[in-house]
Amino acid sequence: MRVKITYAFFLFLSVFILCNGFINENPFFNISAKDVELKIPKGFPKPYYNFNKNKLNPDIFVLGRKLFYDNLLSKDNSVSCGTCHQRIAAFAHIDHRLSHGIYAKIGARNVPALQNLIWKDTYMWDGGVNNLEVQPINPITNSIEMDESLSNVISKLKRDSSYVFLFKKAYKDTLINSERLLKSLAQFTGLMISANARYDQFMKGTDTFSTAEKNGLKLFRSKCANCHAEPLFSDNSYRNNGLKQDTALKDKGRQAITGNEKDKNTFKVPGLRNVAMTYPYMHDGRYKNLKEAIDHYSDYKKYDLQADLSLQKIGSLTEVQKKEILAFLLTLTDKEFLYDRRFADPGMN
Amino acid sequence: MRSKKTIRISFGIVFLTLGFSFSFVPIKKNKTDKLILNIKHFVGNLPLKMDSVTYKNKLGQNFTITKFKYYISNIVLKQENGNEFKSDNYFLVDEEVENSKQLVLENVPDGTYTSIEFIIGVDSLHNCSGAQSGALDPINGMFWAWNSGYIFLKLEGFSSSSKSPGHLYEYHIGGYKQPNNCIRKVFLDLDKIDITKTTAFFLKADAEELLENPTSIDFEKLSSVTDHRNAPGIADNYKDMFSILKNN
Repeated sequence: MRVKITYAFFLFLSVFILCNGFINENPFFNISAKDVELKIPKGFPKPYYNFNKNKLNPDIFVLGRKLFYDNLLSKDNSVSCGTCHQRIAAFAHIDHRLSHGIYAKIGARNVPALQNLIWKDTYMWDGGVNNLEVQPINPITNSIEMDESLSNVISKLKRDSSYVFLFKKAYKDTLINSERLLKSLAQFTGLMISANARYDQFMKGTDTFSTAEKNGLKLFRSKCANCHAEPLFSDNSYRNNGLKQDTALKDKGRQAITGNEKDKNTFKVPGLRNVAMTYPYMHDGRYKNLKEAIDHYSDYKKYDLQADLSLQKIGSLTEVQKKEILAFLLTLTDKEFLYDRRFADPGMN
Repeated sequence: MRSKKTIRISFGIVFLTLGFSFSFVPIKKNKTDKLILNIKHFVGNLPLKMDSVTYKNKLGQNFTITKFKYYISNIVLKQENGNEFKSDNYFLVDEEVENSKQLVLENVPDGTYTSIEFIIGVDSLHNCSGAQSGALDPINGMFWAWNSGYIFLKLEGFSSSSKSPGHLYEYHIGGYKQPNNCIRKVFLDLDKIDITKTTAFFLKADAEELLENPTSIDFEKLSSVTDHRNAPGIADNYKDMFSILKNN
């Protein structure tokens, strides 16, 4: 009898341990309280979005991560945020000129990188969105991106037992609404902070630059930093960077938002962190690589007539100067951010 | 000696009792009541009937109304003595949703109120506050995503004069930034409402005001306003669409 009980006990124990091993999530995807601490990198300004009304919490972050990678957000369950915002490309769409959407439709603009978002005062190339939390409403409801309605997304979430569980875990009650959906996404995207590139190490004195990189930094500061201001490499302004309007896309840029003639053909200055990974370049992705982009700035004779006056500072660059600027831009690649496990697709959709 | 002591004790008791009784006298608290603001929709002098009834604007053009909804916020009730009650509720009034036309104000301090003011729309702070719920949930279809901000008012319907597909007309009015700010404030005098006696009053909202004064809207020329650039003119029209309804 006693033998039988002991035997049964060990059998139970081994089954329990075995099952436990399967049930437990891969520790790679575990998010702890420490993982969701907001650390403002040294030298960065005060962020515009501060999480005061959206307290950071690992369970809310995990919910946001699942939503970010879930095709459920699109009408026919085919596209997620992560489809176009790829982690390996600092959440831009690598090697895609214009964004791809639902039903194989093609958008009008190049997918921007998602990084250091809380330091932006507005979102989108035209700055039409005024708060990080309401940004995802655009791709979700845009007919060529996800073509879904917010109310449909909410009802799909309510029918999905894994979301019922995750919302309850995150918010301690059963309510599932758009505010919680959007705030969870804001926790996930808001914590995408890139601040540990070789450039940052060089600035801290923990790494060295080659002569070309040093010269590149000097050139960058005298010719580019007026708009691509350190440490975020954008001054958050809207500029006409000399590109002539694409005759097929006819994108008016900021003017579509303000209705102001002076904003015609201006776009938000993008930050340049991880720029080597986010090709192709410009709001319409017309330049395949960094060399083409640098060539553009060097060739002022081809500029649009309303080009920003600060471009005059650049003048024509020698081939050596171009290479030095390129060498510097490559130091902005932040592997810690690109391989940050917190932002990986948990693949549990 | 003994009597003195007794007197002292009795004095003590009297004082104690007095002290206690004072502490139990209720401090006059400001009482509050509920006040209900009922809204009735009109087209001119006729009660609004959706879809089925055809109205005429001042230019003689026919039109029907299929949608009429708008925000009311930042309600302030003023008393004779200058005291104010501010409500921090946001109301989305929708002709199609019966109870949305009943604005319930809770915890209004007792008193006699002589005027009311409110915003048609949403104040600029709440246009920039990110994800919100309740009346301000973007799920209500009153939020512009691509150029963030709330749609303050929607009027839709059909007019045979409209050149839009299916003779549709749509006026979506919003925008909180200059120079296209469409936030409009309404001031109305009340008939001395003592809320200890009155529990509700009626407001008339005249949809025809959107189409008139100062700008006459010609359905043929302007059948669609769906961003804030053409909106301020219509907001100026409807800013006086409310009045107090006396004989309801």
